[in-house]
Amino acid sequence: MSEIKSSRAVHDFLAEAEEIIEKLNLDLIALADRAESADFSPELLNEIFRGAHSLKGLAGMVGFDDIGELSHHMENLLDGLRLGKVQLTVELIDTLFISLEVLLKIVHGKGKNESFTVDLTTVLSRIAALGKAPANPDEALLTTCGVDAKILDVLTEYEEHRLLENLKQKRHLFRVNAVFNLSSFDQDLSEISELLKQQGEIISTLPSSGDFSDKIAFQLLYGTRINRDEVVALLGHDEIEVIPVGDEQPSQAFADTAQAVAVSPASSPSTVDSAEAGSDASARSISRTVRVDIDKLDYLMNIVGDLVLAKGAIATIADQLRAQDDSLGGELQKATRSLERRLDELRDGVMDVRMVPVGQLFEKMARIVRRVANEHGKKVVLETLGGDTELDKMIVEDLSDPLMHIIRNSIDHGIEKPEERVAKGKPEKGMIKLQAMQRGNHVVILISDDGRGIDPDLIHSKAIEKGLIGKDTVMSRDAIFDLLFTPGFSTRDEVSDLSGRGVGMDVVKTNIGNMSGMIEIDSTVDAGTTMLLTLPITLAIIKALIVKVCGRTYAIPINSVLETLMIERRDIRTIERREVVELRKITLPLLRLGHVFNLEEKKNSSDRLFIAVVGLAEKRMGIVVDELIGQQDVVIKSLGSVLSFVRGVAGAADMGNQKTILVLDVGGLLSDTLRGDGSIHV
Amino acid sequence: MSLVAKKILIAEDSATMRSLIVSTISAMGNYETIEAANGFEALRILPQEKVDLVITDINMPDINGLELVSFIKKNPNYQTTPLFIVSTEGSDRDREKGMALGADAYLVKPFSPVELQSLINKYLG
Repeated sequence: MSEIKSSRAVHDFLAEAEEIIEKLNLDLIALADRAESADFSPELLNEIFRGAHSLKGLAGMVGFDDIGELSHHMENLLDGLRLGKVQLTVELIDTLFISLEVLLKIVHGKGKNESFTVDLTTVLSRIAALGKAPANPDEALLTTCGVDAKILDVLTEYEEHRLLENLKQKRHLFRVNAVFNLSSFDQDLSEISELLKQQGEIISTLPSSGDFSDKIAFQLLYGTRINRDEVVALLGHDEIEVIPVGDEQPSQAFADTAQAVAVSPASSPSTVDSAEAGSDASARSISRTVRVDIDKLDYLMNIVGDLVLAKGAIATIADQLRAQDDSLGGELQKATRSLERRLDELRDGVMDVRMVPVGQLFEKMARIVRRVANEHGKKVVLETLGGDTELDKMIVEDLSDPLMHIIRNSIDHGIEKPEERVAKGKPEKGMIKLQAMQRGNHVVILISDDGRGIDPDLIHSKAIEKGLIGKDTVMSRDAIFDLLFTPGFSTRDEVSDLSGRGVGMDVVKTNIGNMSGMIEIDSTVDAGTTMLLTLPITLAIIKALIVKVCGRTYAIPINSVLETLMIERRDIRTIERREVVELRKITLPLLRLGHVFNLEEKKNSSDRLFIAVVGLAEKRMGIVVDELIGQQDVVIKSLGSVLSFVRGVAGAADMGNQKTILVLDVGGLLSDTLRGDGSIHV
Repeated sequence: MSLVAKKILIAEDSATMRSLIVSTISAMGNYETIEAANGFEALRILPQEKVDLVITDINMPDINGLELVSFIKKNPNYQTTPLFIVSTEGSDRDREKGMALGADAYLVKPFSPVELQSLINKYLG
């Protein structure tokens, strides 16, 4: 094991390894999509090779032999593939996907325990079975192709292979020469490269500084089907030399070509300016991003939370001073408001850093869809929309498992086999759609499929059979679909295997509930199923409505509170033993927190009651409270695994005066109430 | 020990590999490291800094390590600057080409810190 292994190095390695694997996964999906039509760029294949290559090198340095060994075998296989020694087949792509999954499993395992490993025998033998043809570089062709020996000297084995491929395909070869300012050569060069790639392949990019200290020349070896005039027209720059290779032998070494006319951008800076700009740019990296440990952000967020509480305490003192007619009280109040504004900015800033596009998660799902569909002999296309919608990194992480479960269920039980679909007049390939949308302080994620759907009558009869509901119970469509979230409930029937939906959906619901979110299902037989997840954008720090019930204080996340009302006691009616109130011609079900938490309700002689109307997605409910105390920023802390079973509670919040209160889980309370189970005794 | 620290340019696209090389060099003291995440960055840094040693990977995006070796060894300003190649096993052919182009040494990943440190001592010590 390497001596330079340190916990920091291991941490950095695991983070980079995860990034590489995710990138590999994306590239592999692109390769798999294009492999069917044989329409993939060699560049893509080379990118995949480079990913495995980097991973191998890194794993060796930190002494993770298992990751090193597997990525070494993948690298060999990919090397054979990019050098044309191995055929691209469905089996090969599947093997690479499996390898990536094993790698990811090891990386995640090592994140928790460095000695974690898995048995590689199966995956390594799969890779070995794909074989590799002996190397057969046609070196004779290389020496007679007319490419300058000095260029051949700097080509890697892969670039030599690409040169040979271009020659075999009888493409024209050109040397494209251009000179750029040192300060901006990468942008200028990439503009040219992008233009050239539209019509061919850049085999190599060779730099030469020539005689200029502030300029840099490049020679690109380019293979294409178009002729020289067309290449010149494509580039649209007379100053760029395009020299055919083979027809006109290059007579001088490239170092001399630095005398080629410089390509001057319209706003070309003077020599002195460009040297300064170059100097300035030299210390900067191209990427302007940093990788931050989420724990560090949590730490920052906790400090922000403490500051929010401290500000709250100062505001109270200011109010008290002011009430005593102390002029300092007014001054302190002003200062507190200014502090509050800056604190809000700080909180928003820290929160913003935690936000990541949900598209990252969608990309992971693409791999799941592909693999599960293959396992079940089904054809499925995944369509994703709104991938740039942002969510707190922790929520995105926690969302991964429930989303994976829903998608697995969709493919396993929803999407029909190709022949069944064709018989129904549906397209052979099933469709799963993942869509993210921002709705105020929430993000809505819609997962829909065009499979066989779930029959509400079947759910209803299953529920009666299992004794969950009475034989004559009449239920709304929503309430029937909600039954799928009952623990142990499934429509799967050993004999008829009618649908199998609902497997593990109670766990999915609990996980979503832990994120203060909610899930709804709708389905139409033979048309498909839709699941709607409504999630808060962040969990770390929230504005809450503080209320008092039966002498206890609770926090209701403000993003779920639609309005607060005062109603007359006589306005409350009872429908089917449930309390409701008419609100703008809508019947609003009421929830008594005293009943939910089994508290002794105080006799309240007042004819008036306070109600906090809460809503998530399309669902609404009124929470009856004794007192509305006001709005406050609260930092939510998890209740921990010991108390995680408590329903109706999202966490605890420190109020700053050494008092801790419970934060209500509005999503959970809503679904329990609307289903008629408004009593959660703990 | 010289008062002016000698500068080592590390051209490597893997951030973790770069940080491993940097930490190995830092442990030696008296050496300053400059990092380049790709060949382009290395090309930009070279004319701006007086570099005493270059360590480069071969497999990099934009321009490969061999092209960087060729650039450095053909340029009169850097011809005598020592240059090491770091590569994985299996890239023998590319490594041989690198040596033919004028690279002074190569290290096969995973290399031991002691190996790198003794090479640096040999060329800069």
